[in-house]
Amino acid sequence: MFLGITLISFLVIKLAPGKPVILQYALNPKISLEEIKRLEKIEGLDKPLHIQYINWLKNSLRFNFGRSFGDGRLVLDKILERAPVTLAINISVLILILLLAIPLGVRCAIKPGSLFDNSATILVFLLFAAPTFWLALLLMQLLCIQLGWLPISGITSLDFGYLNWWEKLWDLTRHLFLPVLVSSLGGLAGVARYMRLSMIEALNQPYIYTARAKGLSEGSVVYKHALRNAILPIVTILGLSIPGLLGGSVIFESIFAIPGIGRLFYEAAMMRDIYLIMAEIVLVSIFTMLGNLIADISYAYVDPRIRYKR
Amino acid sequence: MKNKVLVIGVFIIGIFSLIAILAPLISPYDPSVIDQNNLLTAPSWQHLLGTDSLGRDVASRLIYGTRISLAVGLIAVGIATILGLILGSIGGFYGGFIDALIMRFVDIMLCFPTFYLILGVVAILGPSIYNIMVIIGLTSWMGPARLIRGEILSLKEREFIQAERVMGASNFRIIAYHLIPNAIGPVIVNATLGIGGAIMLESGLSFLGLGVQPPVSSWGNILIEAKSTLGIAWWITAFPGLAILITILGFNFIAEGLKNKIG
Repeated sequence: MFLGITLISFLVIKLAPGKPVILQYALNPKISLEEIKRLEKIEGLDKPLHIQYINWLKNSLRFNFGRSFGDGRLVLDKILERAPVTLAINISVLILILLLAIPLGVRCAIKPGSLFDNSATILVFLLFAAPTFWLALLLMQLLCIQLGWLPISGITSLDFGYLNWWEKLWDLTRHLFLPVLVSSLGGLAGVARYMRLSMIEALNQPYIYTARAKGLSEGSVVYKHALRNAILPIVTILGLSIPGLLGGSVIFESIFAIPGIGRLFYEAAMMRDIYLIMAEIVLVSIFTMLGNLIADISYAYVDPRIRYKR
Repeated sequence: MKNKVLVIGVFIIGIFSLIAILAPLISPYDPSVIDQNNLLTAPSWQHLLGTDSLGRDVASRLIYGTRISLAVGLIAVGIATILGLILGSIGGFYGGFIDALIMRFVDIMLCFPTFYLILGVVAILGPSIYNIMVIIGLTSWMGPARLIRGEILSLKEREFIQAERVMGASNFRIIAYHLIPNAIGPVIVNATLGIGGAIMLESGLSFLGLGVQPPVSSWGNILIEAKSTLGIAWWITAFPGLAILITILGFNFIAEGLKNKIG
């Protein structure tokens, strides 16, 4: 899996025309052709493609992703100092999605076709079709500019350093509220939809009739018997939605001026900073794989029938 | 209720397609003409949806943007579906090592943070409409491939396929004339949903400035200005987003309607 991902990202980026070294120095008239050749040799860019790939892979496995063309700093440092913000935001997003989508889906599934279910379905359809960055812009307009309730960008206020711990927390919450809310809205629609379907299916299973026939309360039937079975597919869906969430981070972090890896990637893409681009694609894939791994493990946790054996 | 959704969807997309085809006839202004006397004017009878910071008519830019957005959606999904059909049917039909290889590839691509790959490639190749169509197509064929493979796996043991074999039909003939036509239903539903997704992706890329480049207007690149004019010119934010919303809704409705009709 890892090999596949690195191979694809390497080939795609490398096969693109335009040599990075030449791009970087082409505007500098003082550098001669020999100089460029020499620089290419230092970077190992004069070797055949498969050797370049093996070299790059060897270095990547030692977490040596090279230096950024932009400012000459180590790529890994640049990514690691920005990763916590993005991870924190995306984890809060996942939690918020779960907190909102599961009750919504369950409530809809209890009475399919009811007024609540129909209005929720319409809402979900609308959320599904609305570009989330556009929702972000609209909410910014409303909450930040017209009502002035929330700060418009960044993650901390200017006087952040002078605040005490609680005020710091409050300041962070105020800044991150909108980005987290808006990125959840996108994923929310899909998860709520799946939750509803899966819950309706679970509620029509024979064991639910048994539970009802035993005279259990409706709450116990729905929340203890049906929900625990219906939640299984949701774990997979959440795992699969991680690449999308991280992709969304690129857009949100540039709208809200959040210094995370999404924005870093955007800047790298704008500057054609190849090592940074490749390193980030690989690292984000690793995050995705880790996310899927966690989804698989929690699958076994949620469902006692599944046990991983050797 | 049965196929109301389908009708509404077809109606919406029909209108947008008409707008796209008739763009030069119905747009009130030239979408790229700069008018220094009318910068950021609010919607009025002269400029129905207002003007942007260069004085260009937002309505006309939206109308021409419809062409770009629909074209990107259709062609990207076309590429993805054809690629998915080919790889999925080969995998499903031949099975064994080829199938394992293809499905492994699908798994890898599904795990890939596609948006990063697209951004990276666009950044290096340079943004253009054609690059975007091809790249979106090349990164979204996995869904169709899986669908078609699943369908073919269950179809290929059926009697009518065995009958074909007995009659001496070639593998290609069986796949192209018998398996794919029988398996195409879910793929079409998926493709319709995919068009909405591709339009959304394009608008996101253009919004970041790595998509369709001005002066050509697309719904996404009209929104580039939305951020800097936030609080000054609501019409620049509101209308392109609404256009995207309604179009995607239209495609989703068609998909939902088709799904009800097929299954």
